[in-house]
Amino acid sequence: MPADRTLDQLRAAAEVVRTAGEHDTIDGVPARYVAAPRDTGQAAALLRAAAALDLAVTFRGGGTKQDWGSPPRRLDLILDTTALTGLVEHAAGDLITVVRAGTRLDELPATLAGAGQQLALDAPLPGGTVGGAVATNTSGPRRMLYGTVRDLLIGVTLVRADGVVAHAGGKVVKNVAGYDLGKLVTGAYGTLGLITECAFRLHPLPAAAAYVSRAVDDPAEAGRLAAAVRAAQLVPTALEVDAPAGGPATVTVLLEGTPAGVTARAAAARRLLGADATAADQPPDGWARYPWRDGDVGLKLTAALSGVPRLLSDARAAADRHDLPLALRGSAGVGVLYAGLPGASDPERVAALVDALRAATAALGGHTVVLTAPAPVRDRVELWGPVHGLELMRRVKQRFDPDARLAPGRFVGGI
Amino acid sequence: MSTTTTDLDALAAALRAAIGADRVITDRQELRTYECDGLAQYKVIPALVALPADAEQCAAVVRACVAAGTPFVARGSGTGLSGGALPRADGVLVVTSQMRDILEIAPDDERAVVQPGVINLAVTRAATPHGYYYAPDPSSQQICSIGGNVAENSGGAHCLKYGFTTNHVLGVELVTPDGDRVRLGGRAPDAPGYDLLGAFVGSEGTLGIATEVTVRLTRLPESVRTLLAAFSTTDQAGAATSAIIAAGVVPAAVEMMDALAIEAAEAAVHCGYPPGAGAVLIVELDGPEPEVAAQFAQVESLCRDNRAFEIRIAADDAERALFWKGRKSAFAAVGRISPDYIVQDGVIPRTALPEVLRRIGELSAERGIRVANVFHAGDGNLHPLVLFDAAVDGETVRAEEVSGAILDLCITHGGSITGEHGVGMDKAKYMPRMFTDDDLDTMQLLRCAFDPDGLANPGKVFPTPRLCGEVPGRRKGAHPAQEAGLAEVF
Ligand SMILES: Cc1cc2nc3c(=O)[nH]c(=O)nc-3n(C[C@H](O)[C@H](O)[C@H](O)COP(=O)(O)OP(=O)(O)OC[C@H]3O[C@@H](n4cnc5c(N)ncnc54)[C@H](O)[C@@H]3O)c2cc1C
Ligand SMILES: Cc1cc2nc3c(=O)[nH]c(=O)nc-3n(C[C@H](O)[C@H](O)[C@H](O)COP(=O)(O)OP(=O)(O)OC[C@H]3O[C@@H](n4cnc5c(N)ncnc54)[C@H](O)[C@@H]3O)c2cc1C
Repeated sequence: MPADRTLDQLRAAAEVVRTAGEHDTIDGVPARYVAAPRDTGQAAALLRAAAALDLAVTFRGGGTKQDWGSPPRRLDLILDTTALTGLVEHAAGDLITVVRAGTRLDELPATLAGAGQQLALDAPLPGGTVGGAVATNTSGPRRMLYGTVRDLLIGVTLVRADGVVAHAGGKVVKNVAGYDLGKLVTGAYGTLGLITECAFRLHPLPAAAAYVSRAVDDPAEAGRLAAAVRAAQLVPTALEVDAPAGGPATVTVLLEGTPAGVTARAAAARRLLGADATAADQPPDGWARYPWRDGDVGLKLTAALSGVPRLLSDARAAADRHDLPLALRGSAGVGVLYAGLPGASDPERVAALVDALRAATAALGGHTVVLTAPAPVRDRVELWGPVHGLELMRRVKQRFDPDARLAPGRFVGGI
Repeated sequence: MSTTTTDLDALAAALRAAIGADRVITDRQELRTYECDGLAQYKVIPALVALPADAEQCAAVVRACVAAGTPFVARGSGTGLSGGALPRADGVLVVTSQMRDILEIAPDDERAVVQPGVINLAVTRAATPHGYYYAPDPSSQQICSIGGNVAENSGGAHCLKYGFTTNHVLGVELVTPDGDRVRLGGRAPDAPGYDLLGAFVGSEGTLGIATEVTVRLTRLPESVRTLLAAFSTTDQAGAATSAIIAAGVVPAAVEMMDALAIEAAEAAVHCGYPPGAGAVLIVELDGPEPEVAAQFAQVESLCRDNRAFEIRIAADDAERALFWKGRKSAFAAVGRISPDYIVQDGVIPRTALPEVLRRIGELSAERGIRVANVFHAGDGNLHPLVLFDAAVDGETVRAEEVSGAILDLCITHGGSITGEHGVGMDKAKYMPRMFTDDDLDTMQLLRCAFDPDGLANPGKVFPTPRLCGEVPGRRKGAHPAQEAGLAEVF
């Protein structure tokens, strides 16, 4: 076997490096090496070595969202976080936890429930990591009450492209010392640095919950009901609409709190939604899931709240015009909808629909982002659409990663 | 950076041309009005003051500063308690007090769009008729500006449940330190790209000037209930707080005052708190009526379990206001019992409260300096009021030592040197105690991306001015800029 000096040098930094196998690709782009550091120190040593060797690096957690964003323009090393796991601290009395970034998100509930607490991020399908959820800033239904990852992340440890380790924020919820770098790396798709540890604020687990649902024929009617719920004194944890292609839509309100309070509010919600509304203590099918499957086209549509009814009907009308079965689902209570199209849809028509959706969301103060799509569709559409402040973003990337070695090309504007 | 008189004359002329003569102050007497913010121990008379009428004028002012290589400092209402809006003698103070229009109240979108000089409480006043309010409520809400709130990431008594400014600001239009106008975020959530808005909030005027702010409006709660519980000791009040949190209740507010703070408040506003109390807790719950009713009973019994010797329940808004009056006037009230005082602002994990309060008591006894404690018990944000008499030899120094030692205590317990007042000028020197050089260098990368020439509020937040051209990395000894006489360390 010929000597591989690069591999030797990476190994000198930390033993945990191997040559890439056939599955070690990022969105179709093959890597040369894979490294799985066990702690921040090893990750830093590896990133320092990668900098010295001018290697392009992409981070991988569970690998469930590697088809989000564009494929990296250049790739040598996959830095895999699946060994960078574990709970560093759970200070129940302070309602905070510190976890390593490679920890699976679906392992946290069991750990925290013992203390009657939760990290109020929605439970995805198995496999996603904490770091991946932060890096993609995913959100689910309960963001209406609890906010998103950016609101719950109170401290972060990062390793920069040059291998320097930095901390920002901390272990207390209230903290305004220095810049909030946690926000900066949330949703940055690993283009500014590797997240190795996250401190989160926690919430008490509610004693009771009720899901009140009502089916409606017309998506715009769903939007109007959603507005009525917001105007009432229900304080919902979530307010979702689910409008599958070609079927009736459903509006669901999640209420959480004390048993007596939830019973009273669920009754009020049923009165508000109408005679045929039902209450259940379990979520309806598809709750907290995106309305698409692997290999499909997945979109995120946002609008000002008052525009949600309009967006629901405009999106449906546009899909009908382009003869595409568009499934819509999302948080009508905050103005974020997800949309799915079959992966085999004609790329030209998808592109035309994306244009129409961009026009519709822009008119309502929002955006249309293509989160994931098969290659033929990607070749035809721009994933992100217009981005405000792009010039400043480029300058930030330039400072944090001057040689453009971290997932180059993956993010907005080719960052 | 040295600005000569002729340079300043030229800059003043450029500013007058850009925004009109009546919006530029050059008279020394008038300039003196702006020599400090709420932290009056630092005073610097600005070289010039500009009062832009709108975003475009604000951008014109910044562009003129950039062209002249002159630093600029934003100022809202000047209520900051960390010297963040302290002017530069060689710089322009950009005051937003003429930018006070509420541009839009959109209850259907749960949003308001305001100019930066709008007073915090004005947003709530405008939204209330629609059934909404603006949740972040610093005690200074009657006078502080939204722009200042954004810059400081301000909090208030109710942020335990509702979060801080950063959770309620959805969009900003800013003038970058090179004079560009950029929009970040806005009416809809999750704008694509880096969360520069999140990074801008709390950046204390060092990343540019906010010229328009979109805030979230929150539905007015159906029900609010407030109780005041008196305890013999702060330990008991702390234990009650912990018990409430452990029971899974998230109150809208949990505020604590110790005996000395109560004494001060009584002297000033006669709030009639229970006599003999070593600690008073104010607990407020809000939300849907059935939830509040259930949890209020629970809070009451938890206070009793933890040996509250008296519990008062506010029967109406007037009584609630009376409970809060003592708490809200506490800062000013200590003026009645001490000629001078320092308002400290540090954070500890809530569970460390008993230990930290005990240690503060010891420090106080050791150094002969009284400390009154008023704080947001729910989130561990302490506001020790360090009392002293500047006329007594050595007291000022001892008070500052006690104040600094309290911050060290916060850091030792994994907390923060500031929970809401900001770093500003006052705490820049403490930043290296909380953060490593690498942490600070990394923050500097962001600073340099926004402000490569270091013109936006230089000398604040960061202890050592760093030059954006240099390669970040570990340094030993004096900073090169400092050695070259280009900058000084605060
Ligand atoms: C309502 C809801 C429904 C969801 N449904 C699903 C679902 O059905 N299936 C599913 O798989 N997921 C789902 N998710 C998403 C899931 O929570 C996250 O996307 C997932 O956690 C990504 O983690 P990962 O480890 O797989 O990331 P990866 O796919 O490995 O990485 C994602 C991105 O993050 C970057 N990254 C990863 N780790 C780090 C790090 N430590 N530091 C910096 N950058 C990093 C990567 O480079 C990449 O750009 C859902 C989420 C929500 C809220
Ligand atoms: C009695 C009293 C009680 C207080 N209580 C609280 C409290 O409970 N919670 C709390 O958080 N704070 C409190 N404060 C502190 C202060 O009121 C807040 O920090 C407030 O946000 C400052 O607003 P301001 O308009 O006065 O800002 P200023 O003091 O004018 O400026 C503060 C900082 O913001 C920057 N700035 C101002 N406007 C802009 C802009 N448009 N764009 C960019 N930067 C800008 C300045 O450069 C400076 O760094 C209190 C102060 C007092 C005097």
